[in-house]
Amino acid sequence: MLNIKNLHAAVEGNAILKGINLNVKAGEVHAIMGPNGSGKSSLASVLAGREAYEVTEGSVDFDGKDLLDMSPEVRAREGLFLAFQYPVEIPGVSNINFLKTAVNEVRAYHGQPPMQAKAFLDMLKSKQKLMEFDANLMNRSLNEGFSGGEKKRNDIFQMAMLEPKLAIMDETDSGLDIDALRIVSAGVNKLRGKDNAFIIITHYQRLLEYIVPDFVHVLYNGRIVKSGTKELALELEEKGYDWLKEDIRLEEPVQ
Amino acid sequence: MTTTTSNTNISFAETLPALFTAQFGNSGWPGRKTALERFQALGGIPTVKTEDWKYTNVVPFFKNGLSIALPETPAITAQQLEATGLLLPDTYRLVLVNGVLQSALSILPPATQVTVARLSEAASQPAYAQYFNKSKKLEEHHFAQLNTALFNDGLFIEVKAKAQVEQPIHIIHLYHNNGNLLVNPRHLWVAQEGSEAKLIESAAAVGTTGTVLVNSVAEAVVTERAQLSHYQLQTGGAGLRFINQTLVEQMGKSLYNNYTFTLSESDLVRNNLNISLDAERTETHLYGFYIAAGSQLVDNHSSVDHRMPHCESNELYRGVMMDKATGVFNGKIFVHEDAQKTNAFQQNNNLVISPSASIYTKPQLEIYADDVKCSHGTTIGQVSEDALFYLKARGIGDAEARNMLVKAFAFDVTAQVKIPAVRKQVEQIASRYLSVATNN
Repeated sequence: MLNIKNLHAAVEGNAILKGINLNVKAGEVHAIMGPNGSGKSSLASVLAGREAYEVTEGSVDFDGKDLLDMSPEVRAREGLFLAFQYPVEIPGVSNINFLKTAVNEVRAYHGQPPMQAKAFLDMLKSKQKLMEFDANLMNRSLNEGFSGGEKKRNDIFQMAMLEPKLAIMDETDSGLDIDALRIVSAGVNKLRGKDNAFIIITHYQRLLEYIVPDFVHVLYNGRIVKSGTKELALELEEKGYDWLKEDIRLEEPVQ
Repeated sequence: MTTTTSNTNISFAETLPALFTAQFGNSGWPGRKTALERFQALGGIPTVKTEDWKYTNVVPFFKNGLSIALPETPAITAQQLEATGLLLPDTYRLVLVNGVLQSALSILPPATQVTVARLSEAASQPAYAQYFNKSKKLEEHHFAQLNTALFNDGLFIEVKAKAQVEQPIHIIHLYHNNGNLLVNPRHLWVAQEGSEAKLIESAAAVGTTGTVLVNSVAEAVVTERAQLSHYQLQTGGAGLRFINQTLVEQMGKSLYNNYTFTLSESDLVRNNLNISLDAERTETHLYGFYIAAGSQLVDNHSSVDHRMPHCESNELYRGVMMDKATGVFNGKIFVHEDAQKTNAFQQNNNLVISPSASIYTKPQLEIYADDVKCSHGTTIGQVSEDALFYLKARGIGDAEARNMLVKAFAFDVTAQVKIPAVRKQVEQIASRYLSVATNN
């Protein structure tokens, strides 16, 4: 589904990603871990198409298409979803109108007619139930005055509505209390299927107790330095990241 | 009467004394002559050298042979009125043509609640004697003085003590001319003790040739415990130019809400809104939203004078500048020495969505009391890149995303409108302008 080859990216001339290789297949959940500043969120931003990031080398293939060639909205319409580390508050845009616009723009891209009001509301209701999302939040302005947990849950709810092929979750667990974490995780687990895939970016192993990954990768200094299965996450939890840094320093040629 | 200046090189100010004499002679109400002299003493038509007119050059608008002689009032049909698109459901309706009330087209509120009269026929009303031409800031305004010298007619409204007028009173100003006209409507609105009313103003040109420069003055007095909501819907305006003076005096425990929405085709809209808080425990809300497109100039000048303790004022103005348009905002808050325990807030936010558009904004706060809460702020910017990316990341295209954000910016203000039909009309018109802007 997603094939990242030798991806390099920079912000304002500073290299942030320095050769990422990653292959994600349908039905898989990949966790990307790593210390602060290692490039985890940058990877999410580059994949979603944030303008500040300049890709300097490499390629990303998304279901046979060149992802890097697409605008952020086309990436979304092709089925890529970014759950934000910090979902944005947009006063004056109602949650429900926003969702309706988004759903219909995605449909239009695929040559489908806009959803009828009734069908849209039915879908809204069933997804609200599935995601345990508070219906009262629907009529409010997008994320305005939402708590940190409500914002994250709103993002996951949007994911349920848009049914993406690939969801990238950028530190979705940051700022969540244990209850919110459980609800968000349960939501993600309900959306898991053989046709979609997840990239879970997280600093802590905690989230991975709820969303069990198929693969765990460690990102350090703009590169994936170690890959493994879910046991790797436990090892990281136990030992921290320092031992990896040591290993890498030993492996790298003396300059 | 032919008082049109034919030579377009001669400025209006130079011909004014002759125009005045031809129109009014030397008899009649002496206040006209005094005002004319005051207007001239202030320097006549202000140029950009006058601080309050620094960014708004009105001189060119007074150059093309303006007449002050009103044409015969044409018979406006109900169809023509309907065609303005301004009508609102469930309102009383006062239709004016060039400032003159047209009873046949109007739906008057009950006389037990509200007195409505032509200003020219209101001189015998006690409230007229008490309040007409008495507003404190009249003296400072060039154009208020010009209006006082030249006004022809207008609307006298008195909401009687304790009257609760449920339906809004919709004042529709129609303007008509043959050639270029300066019209000076003059209004006096008094909300008596404990009364409650809503006024909505709209304007349009009907059957005009040339342009009409409207120089209006409305004096509004909100007496003890009265509540007055005042909507200025500047939504029509092709062929019209406006210089508006609204002078409001508030007495104890009164409430005044003003909503000024400029979404028009006019080349020039200048609003002067002056609020004087003359007694304790008043409350004032001023909401404004303006869109300037093409080469329009939209200028909002407001002042709030806190003269007495325990008063609260709150002002929120927002604007969207596009094309080569110019916007001006100037908001003054004066907290006088006696006005302890004042709460005064002011906010002006602007979106400049075209590189050729301009906004000049100046919030001013002058405080002479020491126990007050005041704040003011202004912003100028584009739509937030973070918000834009968030919407795009959900599949919403660039134009639609910008459109949503600009509308959200506007609707934050229009959401303050308490009359659903007004809110709907304003939001529809705003959407139309903003969709054009963001899809270019």
